[in-house]
Formats: sequence, C-alpha cells, structure tokens
Amino acid sequence: MIELIDTNASQIAAEFTRARSRAGSPAMGMVMTLIIVVDESDAEDAMRAARAASHEHPARVLGVILGDGRGAAQINAQVGTGSGWSGETALIRLRGEVVKHAESVVLPLLLPDSPVAIWWPNHPPEDPAADPLGRLAQRRITDAASAVRGKTQAIRLQCEVYTPGNTDLAWTRITPWRALLAAVLDQRPVKVTGASVTAERISPSADLLAAWLADRLRIKVERKSSRGPGITEVVLHTNEGDARISRPDGKLAMFSVPDKPDRPVALKRRALPELLAEELRRLDEDEVYAETAKRLRKMEAGKQ
Amino acid sequence: MNQANPLRDPRDRRLPRIAGPSGMVLFGVTGDLSRKKIMPAIYDLANRGLLPPGFSLTGFARRDWADQDFAQIVHDSVKAHARTEFREEVWRQLAEGFRFVPGDFDDDAAFDQLRRTIEELDQARGTGGNHAFYLAIPPGFFGNVVGQLKEHGLSTPRDGSWRRVVVEKPFGHDLESARELNQTLGEVFPAGSVFRIDHYLGKETVQNILALRFANEMFEPIWNNTYVDHVQITMAEDVGIGGRAGYYDGIGAARDVIQNHLLQLMCLVAMEEPVSFDADNVRIEKEKVLQSVQLPNRLDLTTARGQYAEGWAGGEKVGGFLDEEGIKKSSTTETYAAVTLNVATRRWAGVPFYLRTGKRLGRRVTEVALVFKRAPHLPFAAAAVEELTQNALVIRVQPDEGVTLRFGSKVPGTQMEIRDVNMDFVYGGSFTESSPEAYERLILDVLLGDPPLFPRHEEVELSWKILDPILAHWAKQDANGKGKPEPYPSGTWGPASADAMLARDGRTWRRP
Repeated sequence: MIELIDTNASQIAAEFTRARSRAGSPAMGMVMTLIIVVDESDAEDAMRAARAASHEHPARVLGVILGDGRGAAQINAQVGTGSGWSGETALIRLRGEVVKHAESVVLPLLLPDSPVAIWWPNHPPEDPAADPLGRLAQRRITDAASAVRGKTQAIRLQCEVYTPGNTDLAWTRITPWRALLAAVLDQRPVKVTGASVTAERISPSADLLAAWLADRLRIKVERKSSRGPGITEVVLHTNEGDARISRPDGKLAMFSVPDKPDRPVALKRRALPELLAEELRRLDEDEVYAETAKRLRKMEAGKQ
Repeated sequence: MNQANPLRDPRDRRLPRIAGPSGMVLFGVTGDLSRKKIMPAIYDLANRGLLPPGFSLTGFARRDWADQDFAQIVHDSVKAHARTEFREEVWRQLAEGFRFVPGDFDDDAAFDQLRRTIEELDQARGTGGNHAFYLAIPPGFFGNVVGQLKEHGLSTPRDGSWRRVVVEKPFGHDLESARELNQTLGEVFPAGSVFRIDHYLGKETVQNILALRFANEMFEPIWNNTYVDHVQITMAEDVGIGGRAGYYDGIGAARDVIQNHLLQLMCLVAMEEPVSFDADNVRIEKEKVLQSVQLPNRLDLTTARGQYAEGWAGGEKVGGFLDEEGIKKSSTTETYAAVTLNVATRRWAGVPFYLRTGKRLGRRVTEVALVFKRAPHLPFAAAAVEELTQNALVIRVQPDEGVTLRFGSKVPGTQMEIRDVNMDFVYGGSFTESSPEAYERLILDVLLGDPPLFPRHEEVELSWKILDPILAHWAKQDANGKGKPEPYPSGTWGPASADAMLARDGRTWRRP
C-alpha cells in the first residue's frame, strides 16, 4: 500500500501504473471498475468483501470515503495491487469542498471502456441513479437491510426510485430461496392458490420474496412474522396440498411437498462477498427485480 | 402438455437449475476415481445448492460394509478432495441418503438387494424412480453390470421417470472393441441415456473454445490455411504411470489420450460454425472434422513414439517406464506419442495438425497452439527480425486456463529490433475463481438429462478409425523389429524422433 497525501486523480492513476510495473506484471485482466462509497467505520469490512469478490471479478476497486464537507479540500489515498487482490485498489478519503464533487476524482480513474459498478454498503442516496457517483455506473448496488433504522422504508424507497441498473442486496439474498421454490414447481406443475412468507418482522428480503411470488404466481401472499433469523418459512398452497420450506436455524431447511417424505436441504444465509460476487456476475438490467420492485410498490400502496 | 413454470423466466439468470428428484448408484466405490473425483463433485454440487433435496447415493462394491461405513468413506473423500469448504448442514443433507449394497457383479442376490434399495429410496427419500448408474469400473465389467441391471429390471424406467448410465474412458482399445462396448451398452440403454465422460475435457473448456471462436469477429477471418501455418495440440503430464501398470501396459499414450482428448480438442478448433450450440448440432460439426481427417502416406515419417527412461524430473530422480513395477522389460507400450493429421477441408487443406502427448515430460500442460505463417514481406533489415518467430494464438486448457497471443514487438531502444512478446489472458482470474470441475458439470448434466457435450458413440468410432492404422503400423514395426518406442529421459520434452518428425516439415515443437 502506498499512501498519497493531499493528492489528486492523476497522481492516483500514475500510482496504479507504477504499482503494476513494480509487481512485475504490467498487464491486467480486469473486467470492471467497482466504486464503493462507504463510511470510515465500515470501510474495512466493505473492502474485505470486495477483495473476496475480486477473485471472481478482477476489478479496479475504488473505495470512496466521504468525510466532513467543511473546510479546505483534501484528497488522501492508499493505492495498492496484489496481496490478496486480483486487481487494483485505492481507498480515497475526501474532505472539505471536494466531498461534493467526488465524481471529479473518480471519473479519471475508471478503467477505459469497461463496465462500472457502484456499491453503497450503507447510507445509499435517496435516488442512486441520480447521484453524481451513481450516474457513472451501470450497476448500482444498495443494501436496504444495512439501514440501522427503517429497513422497510429503505427497500420501499429503493423500489420507488427504481431505474434500470439498480439492485439491492436484499434481492440477492433470496436467490437460493427462489431457486428452491422454482424447483418445487419444476417437479410438479401444480396450480398455486396462495402462499405465505414467514420471517423476522422487519425483513426487506422477505418483503421482496413475497412480492416476487405474488407477481409471478398472481396470488395473494401472506406475510407472517417470526423471530428469525432471516426468512424462516415459505409455504405454497396448492390444490394437491402444501409445499413447505422451513429453515428455523438459518442453515438447514426442511423441504416438504405433498406425498413425498420430508427432506433436509442446506440453505445457508450467504455472506457479503458471495452476495457481491453474484451481483457483479451480470451488469445488465435485472428485469425480474424490476417487476418485483414494481409489485412491492403496489402492495405497499394497497396497504395504506 | 408441460406448462411453463411461472416462477421461471428466461430473463431471470440468477436462478440456477436444480436437478429434479433423483439418486445415483456408484459402482467401483473404492477406486481412485470415485474417491478423488465423483464423491467430492457430488458434495460440491450439494454445497452449491444444485442437488435436489433427497438426493441419494448408493455404493455397490465387494466389501462387507454397512451404510455408515460407506458414509465414512464418502466423508473422508469429501474432506480430502472437495473443492468447496466443508459445511455440516450440507453434509447432513447428503448423509441421510447414503446406502451401501455389498456384492459381486455377477451376484444375483446383490442386484436384487440393489433393486430393493432403490425402491426403498423412492419411498423414503422421494427419488421418484430416477436413477443414474455410474460405472467407475474397468470396461471389462461393463457387460456384466449392465446385463445385471437389465435382468433385475433396473435399467427400464417406469413411465415419467428415467434411468441413465455414465461411463468413463477408455471407450474400447480399437474400433472393434469400441463397437462391442457400444453394443453392450446400447442393448440395455438407449443412446440418449448413455453419458460418456472425458474427464480431461470439461464442458467449461469446450464452451470457452466455442465462445472464443464464434463470439468474436477478430479471430475467425484468420482461422484458416491462408494464415495458419500449422496447429500443435499438446497434452503433457509430468508424472509417470504411477501404480497403474495393469491398466496402462498394452494401452499406451495414443489410446489413452489421443483417441479421446486430443481428437476432441482438434474437433473444437477445426470445426465449422454449428447451426446452434445444442449438443446435436455441435456433435454434427465435430463428426465432420473427424470424417475429413486423412493420415499421411508415410506413417513411419509422420508419427513418433517413445518411452520415458530414468532421469531427473523436476528435481527428483525417477526410474524409467521399463523399471516400473508390473511392466515387462520387453514392453513396447508407448508413454509418448506424436502424430500428424491432415484435415481435408477447404479451410484446413495444407495445414498439418500435430498431436502429441506423453508422460514424464517437462511439465503438466494441455494447450492448443495455432502457429501463423510469417508475414509475406518484412520491411525490416534481416538483423532486425532475427528474434521474431511466427505469431501464435495459444488456447491454454490447463493449468491456468486462458489464451496467449504471441506477436512481434519492437525492443525498446534506439535500434530497430523486433522480438516475440506474449499477451496472456486467464479465465481463472477474470471470471471465476475455480471453474466448476468437469465432474460437477457432467453429474449435473446427467441428473438434469441435458444432452451431454461429451462424445457419443459415433464420435468414438470415428476417432478409432483415425487411430487404428497408426496403431497397426506401430504393431507391425514391433513385429518385424523395424522400430520400437524410443527412450527419452524423464523430465524432457520427448524423444528425438518427435523433433525429427517436425524438422522434416521445417518446423519445431513449441516448448509449452
């Protein structure tokens, strides 16, 4: 890691080039730029998750810490390659006036002609697509569940401002559930007449899962509360009986369908690096998320 | 009839396909293949959430074991060889589905018990009558086992369920035995239910090559005899035959590797664009390549074979092939084979394909190199291009799967001097940390019923048609004493006769 104090974008870019030739291999097979907008206190965790995800998606990772906006502008950066990273990384700390113009620091550092993804591990902007940094990216990743208060509000807000390219880790988290539920209907194409999703009282993921089921199956989905962890049970009511996947411990689920013995199936809650890696696998619009977000919005509107 | 699943959407590419209810019966539980590849692959699939709930694994072997002994074997093998981390909850999902049936391959009682076990699994685990039989056993026993499966009603599925069989190479040792083998399997299982695995060639690799060739505009225009001088396909191993004398003696490098692996790679590189990338259309194009292969007239000048002699390989002193336990001093089994093939098509006429494979070579590597012609005119002084050889595009299959492009570049400095440089692309670094292993893809394909990208019997037979004359030529040389495998020191790149073979054409082997 090289520390650059009171620096600017071109010096950071030059340091990237120098670091590469120091590493002995000036060529890099990076596939994208990942911008992480994060607090000082969460920076370390976020960068660690990005490092793990960088094995699957070698990227130039630009961590941006927006500091106090008062006073004279200052940019400090830590630039590095290697040591567990498949790619390059810079952790850029902004202070003073430049905080309002973070995109001017980031823009020159984007890899040429390759996709840009941005991730807010916490405190996403109200409208990610309209955010100056968010505008640089075609994939904008938020995490409603990271909100300290008002998680439900957070996912509702994200659904309201949905723009192609937006996505939320609350949606990523339910992929294994959705895969298992789809497998239920792969095996037996029955008519689903109703469903219920049981989870912690406040769970953006559960809300999305319920919205997805409602949207795809055109049914009413009941949202029940439990003590968690996370989603604990999903039931599909069919004309042949109930299909049920219950996961009381967050690890091992029991899979029950009519006329078949109950079977255990591993359904672990995934850690951040896995979620991020899944999210970076495809950078085009996620239409199914778009439709689910729209449905969730309608369902919320119907409640009020 | 089959209505679409409303939870599936082609645009929803996050959702993986999970295999339907099913189980697998594994013959040859104690072998290396089962312990090092198949069992870990099953665990890895479960860990990735791709196995159906209730998936069951039944072992069959001549051992006095109970279910839990078998489970212990699987546990040990998973701990030692699985690709993904060991998780207790994944193990618990699998563990309830382990069964073991002790018995011989000709033991009627054992196969009766196997049938009852499978029926019990259908009840207790909901496997729905869907079962795959994995024959991880020497091909000599295939006939026995599939015969027993048929006799005990294990090979015929009930309506709405399936039975499939998986076999490993070698698919015979010549055309005739390959046909016999196909007949044996074909009598019991329809062609679409027989899955042949070439464990050297993962589906991922096949798809990578197809994507490189057919998703890009910049490679295809030069992918022909106007620009390509020749093609070298290499599979080198740094190890000897290990304890496999019984299998290897009499088989040799050509049968073991060229017949399946190298010819498959050649097909993928030489074939025309398929109509679509479904298994049938790809197979049709591959078969065309195999059909258009012509052997040179003088096989004595265009093939080479060798046996590793003692030497130093990678810093270790190792013995020669003829000193290996179980190998006769007079053995003429080759551990190195190189052949020249011509592909008689408009695209490839005049471009020789050199295929080579060997054990105890310099390092472990598999690659396909397209070596291009030199530029027709070089507007440089002769001294400037002394270090410039031919451009090359190398598809690296393993290790570190990727693509290398070799081209000339100016040496920094004031003088005009040009030398070769390499530009590397690594799949591993760019997309996935570790591509799913060939076995995981195959087992999943078997359980999903996806038509495999692996060879069908037509391809196997065509491959033998190419190789049989070469094998016959070598056998004749052995018989009349006119030639035998030439020794090469372990840890080198093969016998001198292989170098001479290329030198005759004015070419040299790459050092991969």
